[in-house]
Amino acid sequence: MLEIKNLKAEIEGKKILNGINLVVKPGEVHAIMGPNGAGKSTLSAVLAGRDSYEITAGEVSFNGKDLLEMAPEDRAREGVFLAFQYPVEIPGVSTTNFLKTAINEKRKYQGLEPMEATDFLKFMREKIELMEMDKSLTSRSLNEGFSGGEKKRNEVFQMAMLEPTLAIMDETDSGLDIDALRLVSQGVNKLRNAERSFVVITHYQRLLDYIVPDFVHVLYKGRIVKSGDASLAKELEEKGYDWIKAEVEAATV
Amino acid sequence: MMKEETDIIDQVVSQEYKYGFTTDIEMETAPKGLNEDIVRFISAKKNEPEWMLEYRLKAYKYWLTLESPKWQNFDYPPVNYQDIIYYAAPKEKKKLSSLDEVDPELLKTFEKLGISLDEQKRLTGVAVDAVFDSVSIATTFKEQLKEKGIIFCAMSEAVQEHPELVKKYLGSVVPHTDNYFAALNAAVFSDGSFVYIPKGVRCPMELSTYFRINAENTGQFERTLIVADEGSYVSYLEGCTAPMRDENQLHAAVVELVALDRAEIKYSTVQNWYPGDKEGKGGIYNFVTKRGICLGDYSKISWTQVETGSAITWKYPSCILKGDYSVGEFFSVAVTNNKQQADTGTKMIHIGKHSKSRIVSKGISAGKSHNTYRGLVKVNKKADSARNYTQCDSMLIGDRCGAHTFPYIEINNKSAMVEHEASTSKIGEDQIFYCNQRGIGTEEAISLIVNGFCREVLNQLPMEFAVEAQKLLAVSLEGSVG
Repeated sequence: MLEIKNLKAEIEGKKILNGINLVVKPGEVHAIMGPNGAGKSTLSAVLAGRDSYEITAGEVSFNGKDLLEMAPEDRAREGVFLAFQYPVEIPGVSTTNFLKTAINEKRKYQGLEPMEATDFLKFMREKIELMEMDKSLTSRSLNEGFSGGEKKRNEVFQMAMLEPTLAIMDETDSGLDIDALRLVSQGVNKLRNAERSFVVITHYQRLLDYIVPDFVHVLYKGRIVKSGDASLAKELEEKGYDWIKAEVEAATV
Repeated sequence: MMKEETDIIDQVVSQEYKYGFTTDIEMETAPKGLNEDIVRFISAKKNEPEWMLEYRLKAYKYWLTLESPKWQNFDYPPVNYQDIIYYAAPKEKKKLSSLDEVDPELLKTFEKLGISLDEQKRLTGVAVDAVFDSVSIATTFKEQLKEKGIIFCAMSEAVQEHPELVKKYLGSVVPHTDNYFAALNAAVFSDGSFVYIPKGVRCPMELSTYFRINAENTGQFERTLIVADEGSYVSYLEGCTAPMRDENQLHAAVVELVALDRAEIKYSTVQNWYPGDKEGKGGIYNFVTKRGICLGDYSKISWTQVETGSAITWKYPSCILKGDYSVGEFFSVAVTNNKQQADTGTKMIHIGKHSKSRIVSKGISAGKSHNTYRGLVKVNKKADSARNYTQCDSMLIGDRCGAHTFPYIEINNKSAMVEHEASTSKIGEDQIFYCNQRGIGTEEAISLIVNGFCREVLNQLPMEFAVEAQKLLAVSLEGSVG
């Protein structure tokens, strides 16, 4: 469903991604790990369509469509969801109103009528229960005054509402204490199914104790330098990233 | 700012003004220019009694001694007052006795503006006074209102039919000596609405005046007076539009509100005069004096304004809180785009004991526009336990616009509690991208963010108009990014 071929991107002349190759099939969970500055967040931003990056080479196909040709909002409507590392606040706009707008924009794109208000509320109630969310959160202004944990849970709640086929999670674990981490992971696990794929970007292994990936990739200097199964993450946790760096340096000499 | 964002702003800002059409109708106009004869001409046209003419002449003579003010935070070329037509009215064939006799061209014009004067197709619960250039065309629901003793009519009619009320209150809140434009208005005011709500009556519907400038080179100088007698309540709304023209047109209105004991007046404005084109050519100069007095104890006056139009908006709807326990409120959204300029805010003058005021101002600047909030909170010596809360927020869209805030506070009584909060924010690319990533396009995203920013103020508008105002905000700003 997602196929990344030789993807290269830079910002203000600085090369960040240097030829990424990755294939994600329906229902798979891929973890992308790597040291700081490896290009992890850039990869998620490029996939979501942030325009501050310049794509210099490569292609990305998503369900057979050229993802890089699409505007960010169309990528979202096609089923790409990004859980932000730093979710933004939108004062005066309730989560309910925000999600209703988002869902109806997607429906418009699909040629469907807007959702009836009552149907929408019913749908939202179901998801609130599923995600074990605090109901009052949806009537508050989007992310305004939310704690770090509330913001991340709200991202996962939005994911539940928008029902993407590809969910990219950008360092969702950053800034979370262990309880919040568990709650967020539980939410994500409930959303795993045979059609929905995940790309989970993280610096630390601990998130992967809760969201167990099918594949783990190590990103370094803008390239995937090593891939494996969940045990690779454990190995990284024990040994750190230095041995991988050393391996890469040795190979390039 | 990224280049693409600038492109988006440019694209968006080029939104067309959809009320820019003109009505082709035979007009009767006064010759250009201002002199004593013109003042007499206007008065004679309206068949005014001697006292009204005298009032006008007194104001005119006073105006001659004044110079136009220079303290505002914007520039505009000097207005040539001899180049303006001070009276323009559609030619009437005979005296109208009912709506059916109104020129169909005029009815069509208002239909096109979304204002139906046909009571069959009316907005439920809203009575409308339609003012076209210098005269009131029609007032709906007059009869039903009359049953409750409510007077809702054109100012020119009130001068004839209710001279005692007009004499008592006209100029009592905004005297002709108040300022340059108030003096000018007092001399040449054409029409406007007059409202009187008798003791203990709660006006059963929204009262609304719709102002339309049509004729070329004319100024519009309407005068509105609302008197709410003891224990009464009224909600009043005004809307306005004008054709697109290359020259600037002056709109210098005066609005006076009087609230007696326990009376409440809610006054809402949705201002959408032609703002001029992208380069700042044309557009209305909206120089208006609006003031209300809470004359009685426990009275309340609440101003709500959504200002999106006009080349220049310059006005401070104010409250004089004379009665003990009286309340003044000011809720404002002012949007400027392209080369529009706004210098707007309010004055809250606390005289009565325990008087309270609240100011919520939301300024949004986009394009190359400038948006100024200017407000005065004054607590007089005898106003024990007066309270004020001011919240003043600015939002910038793009990096070529400006937001300015000038709060003035004068406290002469130690028991006063005055709070002031202010913030400035930018619609960031982060917010836009976040919305995009959820499937919300850029234009829709801006509309969502701006509406969220203004929510507190929009919530104050009567239901029928809140939706309209939201759409107006979206049209005024579609797609700008910062």
